[in-house]
Amino acid sequence: MVNAVTTGADAKVSVRNLEIAYGDATALSGVDLDIRENEIFGVIGPANAGKTSFLKALNRMDMFNPEMKVGGDIHFSGRNTRGLRNVYALRRRIGVVFPLPVGLPMNVYDNVALAPRLGGQRNRAELDVIVERCLRRAALWDEVKDRLDTLGSLLSGGQQQRLTIARALSQQPEVLMLDEFSIAVDPVTTMRIEDVLKQLREEMTIILVTNLVQQARRLADRTAFFLDGRCVEIGVTEDLFTGEVRDQRTRDYVEGRFG
Amino acid sequence: MSRSSVTDFDRRNRDWYIDRLVQAVVFIGGISAIVFIIGIFVFITREGFSFIATEFDVSGFFLSQNWRPTSESNPTYGILALVAGTASVTGLAMLVAIPFSLGAAIFIAEFATGRVREVLKILVELLAAIPSVVWGFIGLSIMNPLIIEWFNVPVGLNVLNAGIILGLMAAPIMTSIAEDALKAVPDRYREAAEAMGATRWQVIAKVVLPAAKNGLLGAVLLGVGRGFGETMAVLMATGHSVNIPTSIFDSVRALTATIAAELGETAVGSPHYQALFTIGIFLFAITFVINLTADLIVRGIRNK
Repeated sequence: MVNAVTTGADAKVSVRNLEIAYGDATALSGVDLDIRENEIFGVIGPANAGKTSFLKALNRMDMFNPEMKVGGDIHFSGRNTRGLRNVYALRRRIGVVFPLPVGLPMNVYDNVALAPRLGGQRNRAELDVIVERCLRRAALWDEVKDRLDTLGSLLSGGQQQRLTIARALSQQPEVLMLDEFSIAVDPVTTMRIEDVLKQLREEMTIILVTNLVQQARRLADRTAFFLDGRCVEIGVTEDLFTGEVRDQRTRDYVEGRFG
Repeated sequence: MSRSSVTDFDRRNRDWYIDRLVQAVVFIGGISAIVFIIGIFVFITREGFSFIATEFDVSGFFLSQNWRPTSESNPTYGILALVAGTASVTGLAMLVAIPFSLGAAIFIAEFATGRVREVLKILVELLAAIPSVVWGFIGLSIMNPLIIEWFNVPVGLNVLNAGIILGLMAAPIMTSIAEDALKAVPDRYREAAEAMGATRWQVIAKVVLPAAKNGLLGAVLLGVGRGFGETMAVLMATGHSVNIPTSIFDSVRALTATIAAELGETAVGSPHYQALFTIGIFLFAITFVINLTADLIVRGIRNK
């Protein structure tokens, strides 16, 4: 494979010269970065920096939006995702958590069992095991174990967001992407989810898009700073906060001088 | 203009009067709709009332299939065959309309984009506006010979003919409502399912259709209501003969068509006249219940 040379050897996700545009408006351009296996990779930046578009490009959500054009190359485990015939198989290996919790209009059990069922799992006993394991890992099991048959959309916001995480885990993803997950979640639940993420790092690669700079500092091993559709800085998270940055704008942003 | 004067607080200016006037006009408009419906109900009930009070017996009316209102010696008013006619035609119509309208609604709401979608929506609304007598004409002059030729039956005006015509008639409005129901499913549900690697069909089957099921059921019920109430096309395409159908090639007669065909020929106030009005009360009650149920079901999803 020609691209193997330019791809970081130990990279789980490798992005080269990524360009994203909606119609004529460029959302992101010239992004090169490697996300390593089993790291938490933070992406920070103000609104309209291109953070969400970046995530959408990774799991090929551009497919259903004819307006969205993606250029450049994204490698997943060394495989270029550009020419995939079966994007569904790619998406099954990437879990996504959206900013606002999405409890699908079905009960708690079915919410978590949906992805395994889509994958063809029919065995009730195995589904029971998956559902319990994922709910436990999302720190939700104790709160819902007695009411697995209530509608997912009736849970509280923080519970729904953990339900979303449990659902994302149910497909045993290799990469978990979270897009500003704490936007609609109270601080206590946010801390619980952050603890969950720290444990999950052992098993998977996590991409954490956040508008809370301190959240990136608490969790991320390395962090990228996006600004106005460009990746301004990538580095070890602690360096960004101790001022060892290449770009003055990064320091201004993490110190809260703008954004 | 003096801003400090508090006498403004008591002055009724032009805007105030216009506001009152508009309120009054809208109020009258809104109330009159209800008044008319109640008026219609009272009128129908009054015309049929003396029949119900005197000659009416429940089993004779609903359970007898002898509709012989013009018999000189012994007129009978049994509507069982008419109910069977209406029910069989409506049932077949739903078998035709449900797959068509759900398929069309799913295509328009989930697959079609941009111009295709807009054109399809306009076409569906155009189809819904075709007058029923035109549909009846199609049944009479096109479907009739086709059915005779294809199925080698003596008469082409029957349950099959009317069922297909009525199904095609009901499909556009059902499509419209079903599409609204599908569009009411939030996009974040679709995105969440897609992100899990669901194919487009899996997204529709596992997430969108279950989420929209109340609206879809409402669409079907409105189609059923349409089928019960439709008159002209059914009158023209059923063959209009009193009969309990044993196959789809039997001619039948519908409740509505009976009223339309016979009311003009009866003496006002005669038992026959009153029996027709009793059928009217019956139809009114059925369509009212169906529409009310559909409305409650459709409302149910909005409130959730």
